[in-house]
Amino acid sequence: MTLNLMLTERELKLKSVQYRKALLRLIKACGAGHTGGDLSCLDILNVLYNRIMRVSPETFKSPDRDYYIQSKGHCAEALFVVLADMGFFPESDLETLNRYGSHYIGHPTRDVNGVEQNTGALGHGLAVAVGIALAGKMDRKDYRVFTLLGDGELAEGSNWEAGMTAAHYRLDNLVAIVDRNGLQITGSTEDVCQLSPLDEKFESFGFAVQRCDGNDVGELVRVLESVPFRPGKPSLVLAKTRKGKGVSFMENVAKWHHGVPSDEDFKRAMTELEAAQAAIA
Amino acid sequence: MMEQALANLEVFAATLLELAREDSGLLVVTSDSRGSAKLAPFAKAAPGQIVEVGIAEQNLVGVAAGLAAAGKKVFAVSPACFLTARSFEQIKNDLCYSNRPVNAVGISAGVSYGALGTTHHSLHDYAALRAVHNITIVAPADNFETREAVRAAAQLPKPVYLRFGKKKMPHLPRVDSAFELGKASLIREGAHLSFLACGETVAPAFSAAELLAKEGIQCRILSLHTVKPLDQAAVRKAATETGRVITVEEHSVSGGLGEACAGLLLQEGIHARFKIVGFPDDHTVTGSQEEIFRHYGLDGPSLAKAGRELLEKQ
Repeated sequence: MTLNLMLTERELKLKSVQYRKALLRLIKACGAGHTGGDLSCLDILNVLYNRIMRVSPETFKSPDRDYYIQSKGHCAEALFVVLADMGFFPESDLETLNRYGSHYIGHPTRDVNGVEQNTGALGHGLAVAVGIALAGKMDRKDYRVFTLLGDGELAEGSNWEAGMTAAHYRLDNLVAIVDRNGLQITGSTEDVCQLSPLDEKFESFGFAVQRCDGNDVGELVRVLESVPFRPGKPSLVLAKTRKGKGVSFMENVAKWHHGVPSDEDFKRAMTELEAAQAAIA
Repeated sequence: MMEQALANLEVFAATLLELAREDSGLLVVTSDSRGSAKLAPFAKAAPGQIVEVGIAEQNLVGVAAGLAAAGKKVFAVSPACFLTARSFEQIKNDLCYSNRPVNAVGISAGVSYGALGTTHHSLHDYAALRAVHNITIVAPADNFETREAVRAAAQLPKPVYLRFGKKKMPHLPRVDSAFELGKASLIREGAHLSFLACGETVAPAFSAAELLAKEGIQCRILSLHTVKPLDQAAVRKAATETGRVITVEEHSVSGGLGEACAGLLLQEGIHARFKIVGFPDDHTVTGSQEEIFRHYGLDGPSLAKAGRELLEKQ
């Protein structure tokens, strides 16, 4: 198993900006995408793939690899941008995203190299991750299973069924990360169907929970490097994020859930991201 | 008279234990259903190969998909009524769309639960799953087909839906003892009329054929144990050679075996006198499985009567 190239915190920050730029170019070019959620979860994906997970294009078929299941499948564009950067496929492949006949569609599918499971319907990822983690325990393997959940999708009861099973089988090789941006398509998650207090809910279901700033790569590294938080318990990272993170006029605005930037929006966003990049460099 | 043997469910459980002994990577996943699935002996004999998820059918299928993703050979077992309705989306996405070779096993299928009523009946499962891409649907007729089907399903690198009742089934005689998923089994040869049946309705179709034989009417009986993919050649041949076809299924007449056969014959321009026997679009009458079968004409004498009527029809 090859080890990830250990990027420094500064390099990770630069990656995040680079990913945001690539993401907006992609969404602008194909005219569709879940922009807000993509931007909120990009730092999490960045840290997972560049720092935490033991998986690469060379080891993707290895039975000992770490697994990643993206339960919030609608943020496929963010995943595709990161997978392309990791070398799972050429970035130019993404020019076909959503085009007639392309296997790059608006949700993750196993037709795309690097994708473990077809997702898109919400509330499915955690149960699949539980199954993979359980098999790992049975086979005494040391791989970990990471899954990214949207906060809005936690209204799906299947998550809580899977959560009970994760705790029942003491799956401390399972790490669920909630992209807690607080918004869903209708508005605030708390107005649509109150989720808080999520930490207490998951703790009562048997998870060891840690909160962090899900848009701070340094905090994400520290938290994710410390899994499992408690031996014998599945880990849950409550990652507080901002929907639309990184572009001022998209941040915390529900309409950017699947908004596509106009030419002017795109220009403004890129200018902001260039400035952010210059500040880090 | 046909000899009464075991319930197909019991043969399923026994076959699974044989397979588990041959392959330590085989797992059974249950949703508080090991007792009704006759899997208590399995749990005792192979405790490391059974995973319990509680009464949570969506989770049952999702977890099964994950286990399969990590290389396990998985049988996810739950009453057919819940498995194919509650977890329909998990079957569609996590198994079929993601191509996970899980065997989803619907137990106590059709109207096996009798007077427990509609919540516990599965008369929709063929229709629902026929419309889902990448799944094989299998309803074995007797103990022989059950054993063969379970073994074949375990080898198939694709999702399978297996459907079993819990009634003791007779050993059916068969013209050819070969078994292959997707190939109809010829149970009895005849030139006047064909019964195309599946699952627990093959036995009453056979009884009807025996009654009609006494009147000089020779019936062909095909067990279409694989409802999908349909053995089109066998259906085509039966319709062409006998000219009269009765399909029989423990399922709604909408979207099941009968409509699959009708669709095939109509599109190919094969004309046959044709009748679909199944459950009408109505509340199911209360009673035991046997009484319900009789009520809707799925018992031997009723099917014989349907055969006579089809022969008389101009």
